[in-house]
Amino acid sequence: MGQRVGIEVSLAIAEAVKLANVDVVAAYPITPQTHIIEHLAELVANGELDAEYIPVESEHSAMSACLGSAATGARTFTATAGQGLELMHEVLYVASSMRLPIVMSVANRALSSPINVWGDHSDLMSVRDTGWIQIVVENGQEAVDNIICGFSIAEDHRVLLPVMIHADGFYLTHVIEPIYMPEQNEVDRFIPPSRYPLPLDPDNPVTMGGFGPPYIYTEMKKAQEVNIRAAKEVILEQWDKFGKSFGRYYHPVECYHCEGAKTLLLTMGSTGETAMAAVDKMRGGGKDIGLIKLRLWRPFPFKEFRQAVRSAEVLVVVDRAISFGGPGGPFFSEVKSALYGEDNRPKVVGFVGGLGGRDITVGQFENVVERGIEIVQTGSEQEFEMFGVRE
Amino acid sequence: MSKTEGEATWKDIEIGSIFTEPGSTREYKTGDWRSQAPICNFKRCIKCGVCQLFCPEGCVEQNADGYFEANLFYCKGCGICARECPTGVITMTEEGE
Repeated sequence: MGQRVGIEVSLAIAEAVKLANVDVVAAYPITPQTHIIEHLAELVANGELDAEYIPVESEHSAMSACLGSAATGARTFTATAGQGLELMHEVLYVASSMRLPIVMSVANRALSSPINVWGDHSDLMSVRDTGWIQIVVENGQEAVDNIICGFSIAEDHRVLLPVMIHADGFYLTHVIEPIYMPEQNEVDRFIPPSRYPLPLDPDNPVTMGGFGPPYIYTEMKKAQEVNIRAAKEVILEQWDKFGKSFGRYYHPVECYHCEGAKTLLLTMGSTGETAMAAVDKMRGGGKDIGLIKLRLWRPFPFKEFRQAVRSAEVLVVVDRAISFGGPGGPFFSEVKSALYGEDNRPKVVGFVGGLGGRDITVGQFENVVERGIEIVQTGSEQEFEMFGVRE
Repeated sequence: MSKTEGEATWKDIEIGSIFTEPGSTREYKTGDWRSQAPICNFKRCIKCGVCQLFCPEGCVEQNADGYFEANLFYCKGCGICARECPTGVITMTEEGE
């Protein structure tokens, strides 16, 4: 079971990476990810983690170094946030297209300008289509557990894809939480040593990242799409295996009092904890409301999500990013499109808030729910509304 | 991937679109990117090989008579050989003319 310790979440993430016994860490420091990779550097320098630590000169280089490392079959980790994730953007596609099982922790942060180091989901949404498996966690325990699951998912030979573990910057990375840290022998049993099937090997040369002209590119992309879609079943399997080993179970869509509720609130990431308090309060006041928290962002869990919202009348979606001039927050517009073809579907209303580290309070969640119901009742739906903004 | 151009389905793609056979791009015809072809008048050729040195594609080969000639399967028609040839052997000519 492991011992429950009070630890800063960033340090706990680094400890989880150590438990996963990585071979290579290539990273560049950026707020609010810094403590994760600083602690890993300490662990390597002190001899507590036998790994190669590559202090690169940028995030673009960090991800590029990870490509090479993972291509040799070495277990590889990196971490970044906000602008750093943007700088490595083009290399992210290479990692997924080349099917390299890298695990990356992202401390979600707002994007410039203006410079803002605090948390929101602008960076997360900007990498939506990079072909990575993306898991969004709600607290420190989930971050630790999903780093460990991340390696077992990524390296599963039916998957072989990079995995991003999104944890909200500051809201999670910089808080001290009571976390059950798994025992080394338990983690060793859970993640077998990495055996990449076609590694770079001078005795058996292969070409990685080769040329894909028009006559074959479409087939390559179809293969990639089929692969990530099929990865969902393996993710569920690995989460179930993790649950059986460690007693903590994870699901692509987490429901909190949502069975039969007429109104559902939908969140992703750390705000789920505040939303739970808001739902408790509203239910205490007699409101028929539940909460859905999306844990698996890519591959999107269409089946589980549709099932979870099936009997609701109103679905209130809270985004922490804007698609400027677009159809709503990115989370909202995806959810709406996932439900468009359904016969029984709730009315979906979108709200954007919590940008650049502005807190979303219990009271704001209550207001957003009230406003969402009002919008549906009066039929005054627009693309989305912002909340917590001075008019 | 072992199938040739236009035959492989998505199910034939190796993990990560890896190529397991060395030299497979030799089969890829870049010659059809060309809009102009280098046409040679070997009467002026002094067999210096400058065209071969400058060819960015590396497609200029020496034939049995010792003359240098572009392999049109690969030649993209950039015209650098014609520009660099000291004796004016090569003329770039529109394809299809």
